[in-house]
Amino acid sequence: MLSALGQSSLRIVSEAGDLARFTFRGFYSAVGSRRLGRRLARSVYEQGVRCLPVILIVGVFTGLVLGLQAYHTLNRFGSSGLLGPLVALTLIRELAPVLAALMLVGQAGSALTAEIGIQRNSEQIDALETMGIDPFGFLVAPRLLAALIVFPIMTAFFSLVGLIGGWLSACILLPLAGNVYWASIDNAVKAADVSECMVKAFVFGALTIALCCHNGFNAHRRTGATGARAVSASTTRAVVFSSIAVLAADYLITSLLV
Amino acid sequence: MTESAKAPLLATRSLVKRFGSQVVLADVTLEVPRGRVLAIIGKSGTGKSVLLKCLAGVLVPDGGEVLFEGHPLGATAVDTAPGTETLAAFRRRCSYLFQGNALLDSLTAWENVALPLEQATLLPKTEIHARVREALRRLELETDATRYPSQMSGGMQKRLALARALVTRPEIVLFDEPTAGLDPLRRNAVFALIAHAQREFGFTAVVVTHDLPEALAACDHLALLDQGRIRFSGTPAEFSTTADPVVASFRDSPAALAKNIAALRAGAALSADLG
Repeated sequence: MLSALGQSSLRIVSEAGDLARFTFRGFYSAVGSRRLGRRLARSVYEQGVRCLPVILIVGVFTGLVLGLQAYHTLNRFGSSGLLGPLVALTLIRELAPVLAALMLVGQAGSALTAEIGIQRNSEQIDALETMGIDPFGFLVAPRLLAALIVFPIMTAFFSLVGLIGGWLSACILLPLAGNVYWASIDNAVKAADVSECMVKAFVFGALTIALCCHNGFNAHRRTGATGARAVSASTTRAVVFSSIAVLAADYLITSLLV
Repeated sequence: MTESAKAPLLATRSLVKRFGSQVVLADVTLEVPRGRVLAIIGKSGTGKSVLLKCLAGVLVPDGGEVLFEGHPLGATAVDTAPGTETLAAFRRRCSYLFQGNALLDSLTAWENVALPLEQATLLPKTEIHARVREALRRLELETDATRYPSQMSGGMQKRLALARALVTRPEIVLFDEPTAGLDPLRRNAVFALIAHAQREFGFTAVVVTHDLPEALAACDHLALLDQGRIRFSGTPAEFSTTADPVVASFRDSPAALAKNIAALRAGAALSADLG
């Protein structure tokens, strides 16, 4: 048992090191990569524009539920005036970066893992190498850079529609005054809260998209699965590991910044 | 004459490649003559494509070495990481045609052909444009420039991959089953195109193929891979006359098949007579 535990630990450390090297090489290869702008624009479109509807829908429902639950809870203590700050701080500091990252992993991350995995299986990545094209600069760098642009923007959209959802719930469907809601948010939210939100969005973006690219890129190294099953296993693994990584990183960043 | 000019353009020395416990290449020593077309033939599963991938630096050998102009191409599994200067220089001068074509499915035919020029050279846009148009015209794909590989037939994809391999005007072209999945007319056309392009541009070519008649007609040199080793290496004339039993069985397999079928038919006729 001890031996198995030791081997698992060694494997985890080795994979973490491999991921760190992969991520560094991914960012570094952006330097000197030709026509990066065009590929970056495509990645921003795929990660951002395509995922916007799901971000908006999940954001507004999160705000609606948060407003509803918070109103009834605070009303018991006669503190419904604090609903605005509660919704805003919960969204901005925690829910928006975490849920937006999870949504982006589910939609864009899984898609890019499958795409890179298929490119690996069909020898497209080998073909890039034989043409003297760095596959990191061609495939990984634009996606990592796009994540740094897209995740903060999507998190901001999530927060905004979440606040609107909270307002709909508390001020339109329930009897809280709208001006009280918005004024209390204005008073409660500080620059540090927004910074924490953006730090989380940047970290989650780099971490999850690196994990997704890494899993797709190494789809051929999966033991126990080949071909289409290797792509499917890599995609599942990318989504599961990214989700765990988001929650673990969220705890770490919160404990450092709180 | 410099040392590198005297050395064979590409060579392998005691090359070994394993996948787990399976030894695919046991001890391959081979020289690719400069400016010639070398065909590597052999039964399915003997490691022809693996040998080609080792030559291209796509696979890292477990032992032995690949030499480019007399210099080791890259790393073996036991020493330093790949990405040496020799490998980089080799890749600038080499093209590879993959068995499955390996076209980028998110790019159009035009973009696929332009890709190595845009990404790996400093050519001006006008020159890239002219070269891509010329490559597509040669391969009769001019009208399909805006189509994606998934919208093309297998033969068209093969021609597109060939256009991409030749557009950089490489010094070495490695062809992995360039005629797989093509009809006999297209097969002949591809071999004719390789021979024609080779004479025009003077590149050195290594062709992995199963098509013996076409290989004998279009190639200057043949190597037969058997059980992880080079069993025969020589000219088509030598191949046709050698008494080696493995080569003979490979060479004479169409005649043996005809003989078997004739015997089968004679047996059937005899059965019918007896019945």
